[in-house]
Amino acid sequence: MRTKLLVLAAAVAPVAAFAAGGGAHLEHANVDVTNTASLQRGAANFVNYCLGCHSAQYVRYNRMAADLGLTEQQLIDNLMFTADSPHQTMRVGIRPDDAKRWFGVVPPDLSLIARSRGPDYLYTFLRSFYADPAKATGTNNLVLPGTAMPHVLWELQGVQEAVWAGEPNAQGDVRHEFKEFKLATPGKLSPEEYDNFVRDTVNFLVYIGEPAQLQRRALGAPVVAFLIFFTLLAYAMKKEYWKDVK
Amino acid sequence: MGSTSQTAKAGGGRLAALTGWIDDRFPMTKMWKEQVSEYYAPKNMNFWYFFGSLAMLVMVIQILTGIFLTMNYKPSAADAFGSVEYIMRDVEWGWLIRYMHSTGASAFFVVIYLHMFRALLYGSYQKPRELLWIFGMLIYFVLMGLAFFGYLLPWGNMSYWGAQVIVSLFGAVPVVGDSLMEWIRGDYYISDITLNRFFAMHVIALPLVLVFLVIAHLIALHEVGSNNPDGVDIKKVKGPDGIPLDGIAFHPYYTVKDIVGVGVFLIIFSLIIFYAPTLGGLFLEAPNFEPANALQTPPHIAPVWYFTPFYAILRAVPSKSMGALLMGAAVVLFVFLPWLDRSKVKSIRYRGPLFKFFLFSFAISFVALGWLGLQAATPLYTNLARFFAVVYFAFFLLMPWYSSIDKTKPVPTRVTYHAH
Repeated sequence: MRTKLLVLAAAVAPVAAFAAGGGAHLEHANVDVTNTASLQRGAANFVNYCLGCHSAQYVRYNRMAADLGLTEQQLIDNLMFTADSPHQTMRVGIRPDDAKRWFGVVPPDLSLIARSRGPDYLYTFLRSFYADPAKATGTNNLVLPGTAMPHVLWELQGVQEAVWAGEPNAQGDVRHEFKEFKLATPGKLSPEEYDNFVRDTVNFLVYIGEPAQLQRRALGAPVVAFLIFFTLLAYAMKKEYWKDVK
Repeated sequence: MGSTSQTAKAGGGRLAALTGWIDDRFPMTKMWKEQVSEYYAPKNMNFWYFFGSLAMLVMVIQILTGIFLTMNYKPSAADAFGSVEYIMRDVEWGWLIRYMHSTGASAFFVVIYLHMFRALLYGSYQKPRELLWIFGMLIYFVLMGLAFFGYLLPWGNMSYWGAQVIVSLFGAVPVVGDSLMEWIRGDYYISDITLNRFFAMHVIALPLVLVFLVIAHLIALHEVGSNNPDGVDIKKVKGPDGIPLDGIAFHPYYTVKDIVGVGVFLIIFSLIIFYAPTLGGLFLEAPNFEPANALQTPPHIAPVWYFTPFYAILRAVPSKSMGALLMGAAVVLFVFLPWLDRSKVKSIRYRGPLFKFFLFSFAISFVALGWLGLQAATPLYTNLARFFAVVYFAFFLLMPWYSSIDKTKPVPTRVTYHAH
């Protein structure tokens, strides 16, 4: 009885949309999956910086290489660090037990993250880490406050600090109204280069969310063109038959 | 032997011989004539009459794509989500088959809602079509079941929690509620066992019932004849040959016309499949791209759009059991329309202003409730949903009153038709 009521309450009561991320404003990712060069860079970023902890268990290496215009040799030489065969999918090196012990959670599989969260969320998330000495990882995130994920791209972006503008609340805390980020320690990349790095990576995530989307869109025009032709023909036939109907 | 060879000689070709051979043993030609080539339909059927044949088309699409999906889908909690992704990525044309099926589910409801609205516009449920209407409503109920069971199969997080919420509605039944929920799930929570039985319901039990109901629906239709936008009984005025003067053979006239409808439908269907298969989260919801997680609800649980008008009614009622009851009533009340409607005319063309007002308000409230059911409930939205729920029920419950006092116009004896 109680569980039933709880479930109903969860459904019926107004539910705050928290997963969109702490109310942070999402920036437009502006990705383009038809940009193969961007996808290739994104793939390199992904295998170098993400695949250490995050799997993409539904993504097959050789399918990805074919879609990204890479030869099998290029694939093996540049992108395959955690697999022995191009027929394998993007498994992760880290063991789930270890991950759980180190981070407190098993890092989620990223095959479909762009479909469930959207590119803007990912783009903003990867640009919203800031220094927070109170956290075990030394960083926090504006989009997903309290995230267990460390800022693995800090070498590239540098370290940002958050500037807060809120009035102190009852606890004297001003950290409820975000104003802007300030780059405290510059990284290897300029802010603009870093944004492009993130954009390429998110673009790749959008691609692996649905590898068929490239073929899907390409097939749309001829199918619809045929159907329009077919419908016009059918309409002419209908007109011809219906001449008898007085 | 004798009669077969006689027919063959008379008819000439081998095809005629074959037809004769079959007709001696099975009423093939007889059925074709009765149901198609000599079934006389009113010549004035308009745009609204496309949706019956389109519903049949979508049913065929769903059955065919469903068969191919079943070849690669694995109905187990461990493998279901991965097998859908396998279909989307590794099965040849799997993505197309899956998108046809997921878009087909929504398309089914679009055409059925328009088909039902046609019946409201032209009084197609009125005598002598009550049983035809009831078969149609049963088809609609089966369709809702198919959609509900099918939605669990991808085993995404919205699948999981959507099923959780809908199953829990049965808990509102007094006394046996809890046992009923357990009986439906086959477990204390939505589990592998639930997924297996929902799979069985989705791929064989309900499709079988659906096909038989569609056959019954068509037999009933062809027995009483099609209604038309004038609500005129065309069988009352027949020519010397016994054929209604306002009737034309279903084949070829309506077969060639319906093909045009099929073309337009397939263009829209393809645009969605190839360019917007999720339709902005309306046909495939974003949280369903995360695997089922019993420990984490999606931020905002909402059913797919075709259930949201009823879901909005459920949420609008403060008492849970009352809400579930009213939600059920909102669906079932359609069945009683033939007896709620006391009007002497069928078609909206000859009805009075009262019916027009109530039907128009009903249509608006249905769409408004559908939209509200997709939103997170705020106090304003809840009050709006209450208002529209009252309008929704007023259409049905006040119908005996307003349909009997409404000022109707005289109905002509012949249909209105202007040759093009």
